[in-house]
Amino acid sequence: MTSMRQVFVDTVEDVMRYDPRVAVVLAEISRDAFAPHERVFNVGIREQALVGVGSGLALSGMRPVVHTYAPFLVERPFEQIKLDFGHQDVGGVLVSIGGSYDDPAWGRTHQAPGDVALFDTLPGWTVRVPGHPAEVEPIIRAALAGDDRIYVRLSLRHNAAPHPVIEGFTEVRRGRQGVVVAVGPMLDTVLEASRDVDVTVLYATTVRPFDAAGLQAAVHRADQADVLLVEPYLEGTSAHLAAEALADVPHRLRSLGVRRDAELRAYGTAEDHDSAHDLDVLGIAAAVRRMFGHSAAAA
Amino acid sequence: MAVKSSVGNESGFAAIPALFRRMTGDEKHEWAAASTLDVLWVLYDRVLDVSPDRVDDPDRDRFLLSKGHGPMAYYAVLAAKGYLEPSTLDTWTAWDSPLGQHPDRVLVNGVEISSGSLGHGLPIAVGNALGLRAQGRTARTFVLVGDAELDEGSNHEAIALAGRLGLDRLVTVVVDNKSGTYGWPGGVARRFEIEGWQTSTVDGKDHDALYGAFTQDHTGRPLVVVAEIGKGER
Repeated sequence: MTSMRQVFVDTVEDVMRYDPRVAVVLAEISRDAFAPHERVFNVGIREQALVGVGSGLALSGMRPVVHTYAPFLVERPFEQIKLDFGHQDVGGVLVSIGGSYDDPAWGRTHQAPGDVALFDTLPGWTVRVPGHPAEVEPIIRAALAGDDRIYVRLSLRHNAAPHPVIEGFTEVRRGRQGVVVAVGPMLDTVLEASRDVDVTVLYATTVRPFDAAGLQAAVHRADQADVLLVEPYLEGTSAHLAAEALADVPHRLRSLGVRRDAELRAYGTAEDHDSAHDLDVLGIAAAVRRMFGHSAAAA
Repeated sequence: MAVKSSVGNESGFAAIPALFRRMTGDEKHEWAAASTLDVLWVLYDRVLDVSPDRVDDPDRDRFLLSKGHGPMAYYAVLAAKGYLEPSTLDTWTAWDSPLGQHPDRVLVNGVEISSGSLGHGLPIAVGNALGLRAQGRTARTFVLVGDAELDEGSNHEAIALAGRLGLDRLVTVVVDNKSGTYGWPGGVARRFEIEGWQTSTVDGKDHDALYGAFTQDHTGRPLVVVAEIGKGER
């Protein structure tokens, strides 16, 4: 299957054929994925300049696509994201690869589970987390056509099948005992882990803005206002927004994601890290059982 | 290249101190940030192809004040050149004033970038110059930095990049009052020269020397003008 990154590159190159506003800024990573083009700029291993140059392109009237590995796009030049895009009030399309731990053999330096939480400290950003390569093309096309600030989080992890890309949450399954929200690549694992439990499963590719109305509606349809958030990045990243959405409803909220309390200092595979963070089927199923009761008890 | 006038409007320059005092009061020696004043005046008076009624013209020259700290000289020049009502200066830094201790492009007509945190303007200027070139525009991009601001490593990413990319519509002005703690052995200009920039070091108070430096030919490469101000001089 074509990777999310390849779909991203193919889509950007296709749009560049007819939209002269679109320019790409790279910092070595993915330099060979893009064909040489007069509006593809590789700045070398200079991530502050990567984001600053993207801002300058936007100020000159272009639509910049700024792309590299997640920690070097979001964490190292974070002040450039805050000031050169946000404070200047210009738009741009920031696209990362690597996810939270796509390549754990590279260790902590190449992991960015805190990226979405960092964007949460800044106003005015849309954050989209596709869960399948086929969802990447509509996300990138819409992003290139706009003028806003958007962060697209690509990963090697994905679900078996795509879902239509919409702004809000998609109801994948309806149940009575509560609501599980699965973000991007977490969907298949969530569906497997909750298959014997009578819960609604919502699927999110757009996490900012957070679909508060969609969550409220799903909670109102269920018998209990119990919500489990399952995100592929730092645990609880969206918990404050889920809590805010349910401020008028007595509710229970639990969040699963990459653990905040420990640096693992372990290599291995992405699946090993899923297990360590209780983000595999076993870990999520255990959390589902604790929150919603065993399927036999519910029946 | 659009050039306003090779002869400066020195009577206009003489009006600057009164504008300054609207921000600083009568403390005549409170000339913080006046180190940039002559550079700013020469740029806005004689060099930049800009005007208050063309702030959205895609073909205008861009002036990016990276060293946004101590912006009184900048605001005074913008007022003298018609971007600001001079009365706006009287209430600067008040809650509802568009003028803060660091300029905000969203709030002030003609301000190209919001600055205050050092080391952001030069990388943005490189992107701006790249973008103008990619669009086939001939507008120039000027960016003003301080010698101590060059401590920030982000500048050195941009200096190397601009040299390699041959951005010949990019001009960096370094206002050098030797304020950096560790300094630049061999001079500021050397840091740019080794990366392929054309360099010029002039007296930062000499309007004709500044004008000559800003308008020199620098085909195929970016230009840095180091405007020297006496150490400790503001």
